[in-house]
Amino acid sequence: MDALFLNQLFNGASLASLYLLAALGLALSFGLMRVINMAHGEMLMLGGYLAWMTLLVVPGALGIILAIPVAFVGAAAMGGFIQSTLIRRLSARPLDTLLATWGVSLILQQGARDLFGAVGVEVRAPEWLTGSFVAFGVTLPSARLFIILIAALVLGGLALLLLKTRIGLLVRAVNQDRMMASASGIDVKRVDFAIFCLGSGVAGLAGVMLALLGPVTPNVGQSYIIPAFLVVVMGGLGSIVGTTASAIILGLFAALAQIFVDVSVAQMLLLVFVILFIQVRPQGVIAVKTRQLDA
Amino acid sequence: MPDLSRLDPLKPVLPWLLLALGLVAPFALSAYDLNLLARFMAMGILALGLVLIWGHGGILSLGQGVFFGLGGYAIALHMKLADLPSGEIPDFMVWSGRDSLPFWWIPFSSPAFTIAAILIVPTLVGALFSWAVFHRRVGGTYFALITQALALAFSTLIISRQDVTGGFNGLTDFYSVFGFGLSSPGTGSGLYWVTLVVLCIAFVALRWLLASRFGILLRAARDGENRVRFLGYSPTPFKVVAFAIAAMLAGIGGALFTLHAGVVSPALIGVVPSIEMVVWVAIGGRYSLAGAIVGALLVNLARDAVSSAFPELWLYLMGVLFIFVVTLLPRGLAGLVQGKAA
Repeated sequence: MDALFLNQLFNGASLASLYLLAALGLALSFGLMRVINMAHGEMLMLGGYLAWMTLLVVPGALGIILAIPVAFVGAAAMGGFIQSTLIRRLSARPLDTLLATWGVSLILQQGARDLFGAVGVEVRAPEWLTGSFVAFGVTLPSARLFIILIAALVLGGLALLLLKTRIGLLVRAVNQDRMMASASGIDVKRVDFAIFCLGSGVAGLAGVMLALLGPVTPNVGQSYIIPAFLVVVMGGLGSIVGTTASAIILGLFAALAQIFVDVSVAQMLLLVFVILFIQVRPQGVIAVKTRQLDA
Repeated sequence: MPDLSRLDPLKPVLPWLLLALGLVAPFALSAYDLNLLARFMAMGILALGLVLIWGHGGILSLGQGVFFGLGGYAIALHMKLADLPSGEIPDFMVWSGRDSLPFWWIPFSSPAFTIAAILIVPTLVGALFSWAVFHRRVGGTYFALITQALALAFSTLIISRQDVTGGFNGLTDFYSVFGFGLSSPGTGSGLYWVTLVVLCIAFVALRWLLASRFGILLRAARDGENRVRFLGYSPTPFKVVAFAIAAMLAGIGGALFTLHAGVVSPALIGVVPSIEMVVWVAIGGRYSLAGAIVGALLVNLARDAVSSAFPELWLYLMGVLFIFVVTLLPRGLAGLVQGKAA
């Protein structure tokens, strides 16, 4: 195995981590409400700008640690606002939700352009994130290792939340059978709201990671959100394991394809790969079993 | 919704009104305004296809720009070649360091091949793409997301292949089409009439199709896909044919648009323009053919008026329009008129 391959393997792992952080919120809400928030990419953007602002106030190593909760809370609040004002009203019309939230996405992007300028702002990462390690003849930038670590922590935290807490129990119940959950006294709307906030918060956190890799621009979310949509398509309805597997597959595929072709062809191949994949497994990598006819 | 007449509130009047306006326009408008109107009418042809798939088929495509672009680039390739002295290659290829035409450009020097390509390529791509997704019973939100990825992949591919596609700037500087000089005033109004005729044919054909058994089954598949299966029909062929027709209309619209606008570029066919196409139809009324044409005309007129003066305001306005129409006016302007009439 040559260095280029190992290098792309590592890049693929960090790309997969970003896809995962961007897609987790989408997949969670899609499993519960069957709606996709097209403004989810702007939660990444918001997280990036919040990280930048946090570092303006608190520079240095502490700043980036502080930026993570700030971005999480900020994006979660924005997500909660969008959910309660717009998405909740459209809950029975998933395709209309796509369009309405796209409108939100346009407004947020243009708002960011007016507030922060079209050029984008640079987040200066602390020194311990700008260095790199050398292993197996491959240079591993610390920032990318940090991203993989954060994604793993988020995934672990989410798994604990879903499997070990009462909130997680409620979420799984609504995920499996919304009507029965509602009939047995679960406030499904509150569960929807909580999960939407959580998912948006995770996207905001992903925005902090993006800020470590490059400048934060008003449309920084757009370059990650379409692959994240594909991750959701391929992951399978309502399954976190499926979403994770699909993020890893697509992240590695995108990075490894770039050994042979340029970025734009790799993007086309990614789409072809997903279409071929659904020929084999239209239900996604892992799908929660359901007896509903129109799942 | 079996009764189609209820879906088109102004059914008896509006199409005739539009036709009358279309017939009068060449005598009332300046050459510049007529050209603008013709562009919007070409977009209206695409909008008709969206009524078929989105309004009546429940298939949301966020990638119609791809088919619009396939038609537009097909005619653009032809015009680029037609203007060249024999043996030369387009200037942007020279600048990119190429010394020969790519093989897939060569057949476009034939007008017959070009027209066939405009009609067939988008249709075929649309049919294959939608079949690959629909026959595995993947649809709804998933399909919308996949079409958006298609729009992104297509436009990035064009941008990155600068040497054979003209890249980000697209293809422009056309002088003649099928032997007619584009700068002569007769060609401009001639192209307008062609566009009007195509728009009318598409309108009448779709009206017939939507009222036929095919239209009934398409709406049935939209409202209860599994019920249609239980009744012994496979919804997939209906959805694929509808999508292919919409792709063909988008391709024709794209070719005509390119003739009127004199340019085709990734900025006209990417992710954002593709979703804007849906908003024309959302505003006009997704169930109404005439409404979709009105929507395409109105949104583009407004865009033209607003975005030249306040470009940043247009994006806010678009965003608000999206939210407003979808939440409060799901039937668009056509539904509004119906509400008043009822």
